[in-house]
Amino acid sequence: MLGWIQNLGHSALGFVERVGRAHLFLFQALAAIPSCFKNPYLLTTQVYSVGVLSIQIILISGVTVGLVLGLQMYNTLTDFGAEDSLGTVVALSLVRELGPVLSALLFSGRAGSALTAEIGLMKATEQLSGLEMMAVDPIKRVIAPRLLAGIISMPLLAAIFSAAGIIGSYFIGVNQLGVDAGVFWSQMTAKVDFYDDIFNGFIKSLVFGIVATWIAVFEGYDSVPTTAGVSRAVTRTVVHTAFAVLGLDFVLTALMFGEV
Amino acid sequence: MEYPELQRQDGRSPAVDGDRPAAANAADGEDLLVKIRGLHFAYGERVILDNVDIDIRRSEITTIMGPSGTGKTTLLRLIGGQVLPNAGSVEVDGQNVPTLSRSDLYELRKRMGMLFQTGALFTDLSVFDNVAFPLREHTELPETLIRDLVLIKLQAVGLRGAKDLMPAELSGGMSRRVALARAIALDPMMIMYDEPFTGQDPISVGVIMQLIRRINQYMGLTSILVSHDVAEASAISDRIYLISEGKVVEQGSPTELQESPSEWTQQFLRGKADGPVPFHYSAQPFADELMAIE
Repeated sequence: MLGWIQNLGHSALGFVERVGRAHLFLFQALAAIPSCFKNPYLLTTQVYSVGVLSIQIILISGVTVGLVLGLQMYNTLTDFGAEDSLGTVVALSLVRELGPVLSALLFSGRAGSALTAEIGLMKATEQLSGLEMMAVDPIKRVIAPRLLAGIISMPLLAAIFSAAGIIGSYFIGVNQLGVDAGVFWSQMTAKVDFYDDIFNGFIKSLVFGIVATWIAVFEGYDSVPTTAGVSRAVTRTVVHTAFAVLGLDFVLTALMFGEV
Repeated sequence: MEYPELQRQDGRSPAVDGDRPAAANAADGEDLLVKIRGLHFAYGERVILDNVDIDIRRSEITTIMGPSGTGKTTLLRLIGGQVLPNAGSVEVDGQNVPTLSRSDLYELRKRMGMLFQTGALFTDLSVFDNVAFPLREHTELPETLIRDLVLIKLQAVGLRGAKDLMPAELSGGMSRRVALARAIALDPMMIMYDEPFTGQDPISVGVIMQLIRRINQYMGLTSILVSHDVAEASAISDRIYLISEGKVVEQGSPTELQESPSEWTQQFLRGKADGPVPFHYSAQPFADELMAIE
């Protein structure tokens, strides 16, 4: 029993220590972000790597989600004779919730895992130590450009996801199920508010971008520099990002839309 | 093998191959580049280095030897300021490394080179860009001059022709030579080598030995090697420190150590399977265990 309590205490202390280390790491990385603008090449390379290369999966997923969402919503709305609201319902679902959340989860799976693996392997092959010994701060050189690239890319990817989803639902709703195109767009533009919906969705995706990239770069930087250690770090990145994004989504939704 | 005509930075004429640098015989107190006193380092409760005193003389090649896991690489990290000791001082060129501010430490590191066991080349950069990296980071030199300097460094390690290759296309020995070219890019005052011979074929070992010795002589460097390759390290070192279980067991020139009366030293240097470090891991008597009833 005593041993069990000791193990529990040890695990709790380890968890608190790691959380503290992660926050210190985040502050260091954020403080290093201005240095990214001295070498824009590093930043643009990372925006390409984590952002542009994620567009394909975001586009395909967005269209697919839009198709499914359009079909499901149409069937439900028809029961109430409200199929004209299809554009509005789909757009609100995507812009407020599905766009930011699913983009963050996809981003974590494609770009976050790659960031963790890359940084973890840089650590395992002593490249990070090599930078330090060459008097180059790895936080400035490696971490900050990747963190900023994730923060820049995530809202753009969420916007692309939402746009692709709307196009998918338009295709299924208007072209296949017979919803009027003019009604589809006019209902959507009338009901979707720029501040309440689009801006809040942007804030969500920005927060998810910070959290998802922070977890990815921290897990890589803090990984045990072995094959198994990097593998575990990549797994933790995907799992922790999913928990963090879904948990934060509830908190942000309650703050943004709780009184509506 | 072709070596470039380099001049010693300290103005002295280069020693001929096989000669000991002049400092090996003349060194004393004021000639120390690295002075370690009472160094204690532990990971949690596991003591790695315990009250270690080490002197590294300028222009010499000093090797730190000892069994695996005795803190040799940790010692290099302590000298480079990558980890902090629990107690003691590590003075490099008169500056106590553990007490330096981050900016002062980075200034000091610009005058240090380090060759990692893996080479630690940046895998997304070509050989040329790897060697150019410290020059681009720390100097305002025009690209044409950087190109010339990189070619000079690559010529010194015999890999000018490999400048366009990527690290994945290099053999282990070539990677270390490129890493060595990168380590000397800023003309440092000292280079630390972490296990430079490990996992290399005999030709690569010979090449790296020659490079360490010649670069040390011609560039007026101070070299610190961490190794457990006795023959290779003895052949090029001016002084050897033997470390075991976190303590300096013995020190001296390779010849002095070869003649040491210490059984431990003789077992280590000659690679004897049994001795003060026993062949058998500690266990109950064999006969007792065989007769024991489960």
